Amino acid sequence: MSTQEIPEENLPAGQDTAHGAVKVADNPFVDPGLPPHKPRVQDIDEKAARRSERAVAFMFVLSMLATIGFIASYVIFPVDKIVYIWPFGHVSALNFALGWTLGLALFFIGAGAVHWARTLMSDVEIADERHPMAASPEVKAKVMADFAAGAAESGFGRRKLIRNTLFGALALVPLSGVMLLRDMGPLPERKLRTTLWAKGKLLINMNTHEPLRPEDVAVGSLTFAMPEGLSEHDHNFQTEIAKAALMIVRIQPEDIKDKRELEWSHEGIVAFSKICTHVGCPISLYEQQTHHVLCPCHQSTFDLSDGARVIFGPAGHALPQLRIGVNDKGFLEAHGDFDEPVGPAFWERG
Amino acid sequence: MKKLSARRRHPLAAVVVLLLALAATGGLYAAFAPAGTAKADETAQSLAIEEGKKLYSVGCASCHGTGGQGTSDGPSLVGVGSASVDFQVGTGRMPAQQPGAQVPKKKVIYTQAEIDQLAAYVASLGAGPVTPKEGQYSPEGADIAKGGELFRTNCAQCHNFTGEGGALTHGKYAPSLEGVSPKHLYEAMQTGPQNMPSFPDTTMPEKEKKDIIAYVQAVNGDETASPGGLSLGGLGPVSEGLFAWIFGLGALIAVAIWVAAHTAKAKKS
Repeated sequence: MSTQEIPEENLPAGQDTAHGAVKVADNPFVDPGLPPHKPRVQDIDEKAARRSERAVAFMFVLSMLATIGFIASYVIFPVDKIVYIWPFGHVSALNFALGWTLGLALFFIGAGAVHWARTLMSDVEIADERHPMAASPEVKAKVMADFAAGAAESGFGRRKLIRNTLFGALALVPLSGVMLLRDMGPLPERKLRTTLWAKGKLLINMNTHEPLRPEDVAVGSLTFAMPEGLSEHDHNFQTEIAKAALMIVRIQPEDIKDKRELEWSHEGIVAFSKICTHVGCPISLYEQQTHHVLCPCHQSTFDLSDGARVIFGPAGHALPQLRIGVNDKGFLEAHGDFDEPVGPAFWERG
Repeated sequence: MKKLSARRRHPLAAVVVLLLALAATGGLYAAFAPAGTAKADETAQSLAIEEGKKLYSVGCASCHGTGGQGTSDGPSLVGVGSASVDFQVGTGRMPAQQPGAQVPKKKVIYTQAEIDQLAAYVASLGAGPVTPKEGQYSPEGADIAKGGELFRTNCAQCHNFTGEGGALTHGKYAPSLEGVSPKHLYEAMQTGPQNMPSFPDTTMPEKEKKDIIAYVQAVNGDETASPGGLSLGGLGPVSEGLFAWIFGLGALIAVAIWVAAHTAKAKKS
């Protein structure tokens, strides 16, 4: 910066502040201009320029070789070939080779271009002045005159009927777009409030696909169940299991603090919805000693020994409990659907 | 008889009697041998329980009580079964270093023989899950794909999709399953150590446990292939994205700064 061409009167030494008023320059923010151009080695020394040229060409050649390597590895390596490469571990030879060769091919094009631009292309500094933003007064005047003439000729201000109906048409047009939003429906109706669970439906173990018996469910164990009649091959399986998923645990009856929970259980076997009441994540991080269930999404924690009460986190209400019992054949069965909608709250939930 | 009587003082008579007696003893032994083995087994078992009780009194009784009844420092061991002991002591979790949210895995300090004796003693306190035999937990010939399905239904919520483990509440955590032996995996599912729920044979049959073990070994073993290159801990898209943003973008910025910081001018200023 020291050699920039700054007008003499703008430099501190040019101002005599000790005697009398400070002499203010006509324009204290005058453009200092560009620093003087300094040459590169390559601008002075033709040999250095040749070296740079070879270096750039060398990088481009490396890129070519890498591309050939890419094509060669694609042909050579079978898809399922696994090799051990430190420190990456057991990796696919094909992926590894393709990634590196393509990466190097792209890198050397970039590196060559940067080196080329830095050492060989012209580096003379150039400043281009911006043209003024405002239009000339003659153009401005002509535009205003044309506009006034057009407004008068159209009769927009005089023919009020046309003006008002035009406003009406413009106001109504967006309604057709709003109308199309209806296609995002149909409205869920009662689908959010009901699940496949119903009176007498057996609890089917999701591991074995067999109906559960109370003696199968040990204290401290965790089991997942789906309603009888639902199959993983059904086209609506995901839609239905997303609401009906059930987690079953057994707690010593004397450890259950909530009276209704105990009533709705069968000898300490309790069935709760597996869908978090916050935003509906599947939730089954069950700690068998504390009876807490943690949601992995936002850390809502429910106490399964106390009516699945929320003890931590953003969830708004307890996990719905399914009332269960035992049928005359000794299998666990539901006594009905959940008595409240499962999963996250919605406007009309109540 | 007279002949026999006359020869009873013959010098070889004693040898003949001895031989007959030996033969009779041998025959009797052969006839009653099974009963004899059972008795020997029982003795070995009670010996193991005896030895186990001695080990228990030294290493475990201070927390679990002198008769395994439990104290304020440790739960009762009545009915936990030999499988629990084999898991807890065999993975070094027990004896515990200090009380806390969760007892971590550490160096195993008992030999397998001592662990078996401890297990025999604890099993004698009350019936519980029995230490599995190799045929029960060996993942050979198991269905890995089915195991993956079962793992995602039952285990992945805490242990992550490939058994990398994860956090739970108040300092508790689901440990990584890397390097855990098939036997210990089986015992953990069967007994539900610490805060892990159990998955008894009634709800998850032996075959399904084998499938799960085979899956864990396939996706989280020493030889597990990671076709995409660095697995970055197998923790999922967040860590992978973070790696790309910090290291990938960071490297680009570093190169850009390096290029700009090195002037190409002949006279450096």
